[in-house]
Amino acid sequence: MIILIARRLILSLVTLFIISLIVYVGVEALPGDSATGYLGQWATPESLAALREEFGLNDPIHVRYINWLGDILRGDLGVSMVKRKPVAELIGNRFRNTVVLTITSALVGIPLAIILGVIAGLMRDKLPDVIISTTSIVAMTLPGFVTATVLIYIFAIRLEWFPAITLVPSDVSVIELLDTMLLPIITLTMIMVAHILRLVRTNMIDVMVSDYVQMARLKGVPARQIVFKHALPNAMLPTINIVALTLAWLVGGVAIIETVFNFPGIGKLLIDAITDRDFALVQGIAMILSGIYIALNLTADLLSLVLNPKLRTARGH
Amino acid sequence: MTLVAQSVEQPPRTKRRSPLAETWDNLRKSWAGMVGLTLIVLHILIATTSPVWIPRDPLEMNAKIRTQAPSAEHLMGTDKLGRDVFSRSMVGGRVTMVVTLIAISIAVVWGGLLGIVLGLVNGRADELIMRFVDALLSIPWLLIILLIVSVLGTKMWVQALTFGFTYGILTVRVARAATLDFVTSEFVLAARARGERKRTIVIKELIPNVRDVLLVDGAMNWSWMLLGFTSLSFLGFGVTPPTPDWGFMIAKNREILGVQPWAVFGPVVMLGTLIIGINLFADAFAKALGLDRSQGAPV
Repeated sequence: MIILIARRLILSLVTLFIISLIVYVGVEALPGDSATGYLGQWATPESLAALREEFGLNDPIHVRYINWLGDILRGDLGVSMVKRKPVAELIGNRFRNTVVLTITSALVGIPLAIILGVIAGLMRDKLPDVIISTTSIVAMTLPGFVTATVLIYIFAIRLEWFPAITLVPSDVSVIELLDTMLLPIITLTMIMVAHILRLVRTNMIDVMVSDYVQMARLKGVPARQIVFKHALPNAMLPTINIVALTLAWLVGGVAIIETVFNFPGIGKLLIDAITDRDFALVQGIAMILSGIYIALNLTADLLSLVLNPKLRTARGH
Repeated sequence: MTLVAQSVEQPPRTKRRSPLAETWDNLRKSWAGMVGLTLIVLHILIATTSPVWIPRDPLEMNAKIRTQAPSAEHLMGTDKLGRDVFSRSMVGGRVTMVVTLIAISIAVVWGGLLGIVLGLVNGRADELIMRFVDALLSIPWLLIILLIVSVLGTKMWVQALTFGFTYGILTVRVARAATLDFVTSEFVLAARARGERKRTIVIKELIPNVRDVLLVDGAMNWSWMLLGFTSLSFLGFGVTPPTPDWGFMIAKNREILGVQPWAVFGPVVMLGTLIIGINLFADAFAKALGLDRSQGAPV
């Protein structure tokens, strides 16, 4: 068991290392470099050369990579040359805002997805299932910006219930933030519910035709007891992984939702950073997002390991 | 109790390797599948023929008729520059469809082949490459695409290659998993015992068996790619203006959503019907082939 956990941990670290390599090389391949970004239109060949010397931009790429990785490991995300501020300061509250946005959506979305998924699974191919499944396909496959735009039209423009975009600075208190972000939360929740409920539904269907449920039924166990005591716990196990994956996807895909609503979060910051060719900022955000993704996956793996005795002896996939 | 009893019934399983005719017969019985197929065919027809029959030049600007509501002259009204929204919505999917269709072919071929080979060798190299695949999958998809497009520019072939590569990573996993189901089967073992070369096993035994899975995966992936490409376009990294494009039209016309919502509805309806059509079709197609449609987000 401990060996298995250690193995997962080491694999996660290796994955993170590979990601850092891909991210660093990927960003460095962008045209221009930090010095041109820093000096902008005032760049002269002399000042560029001086700046490159000063920041060690003339070093070979592997030397720069190792320096950068060392800084990151010490918790230093570097300095944005375009905005002339430390990356950590730029990310600051925006990271918190994105976390608030995604966690709130998850807290609403996950229970809702499980309930709807179980209903759909139990009533397979009946009207409630058809309605739930069809809606979920639409919500899941339409691009987030389309869903968001339609919701803005209905709720902000027609009904005038919510503001269409967020117009608060990134450092307001969580309470004030929550007040203005109902529409982004609704959009994210819809997409998340769609993803998770489809898997819950499939699991539920699989479990309901399994031998032990059939057995319980033959023994005359009441239907409600079968659903809640036998089927649900077993249908939930594989759900842990998809919840983690969906949350991780949200952390990345949330960038578009944030852009649509002008929400002061880390995803919008990432897109702005790519437009501005802000190397250090892109690298910093990319590492944070990937780190979260891996941490979530690892948590899900360990959680299912603890909850499912069968996996403890099996070799990790 | 009735509720539980009914959920037990399973649809009759069709044979796994049904010939083309049988698949078509199964598909025809599915109401949703036929709606999906019709939508896809309609979209392809519109994309290929629309430049001939649209009422206005989609690029023609007219300052006198800015932001107008739908009328007999302009079926969906005009946008902020006085361009005809209907005509622009009709041609707005052309670039998107060409890029994603080329990309999907690239993804199925490279992802499928690599996955099959990895499933067959299943050793050290397999483990190493899958580590890399997992690492790539843990970087937000949008970041990978934005990075590649920023480095290489927004030419159509660059975008097709980028999407083909990025979404092919998902296909590697799917193809590998499907192959693992077959490598221990009798016909592959027999081929190995006969001393067939690996290449022959891949071509003669594995590809024909994994093909159905790959086709369904490709259809699904097409829908995810449309999501990805239009998102890119929405952010302004997709199609170069003034070429009309759904994602970019939605991004720009959002500013007049309150006054002239049709400028947004036009591209939204076009994009929505295409994506929903693909999904309805993919679902029915998978069932017709006797496969369970794999579900999952594009990371």
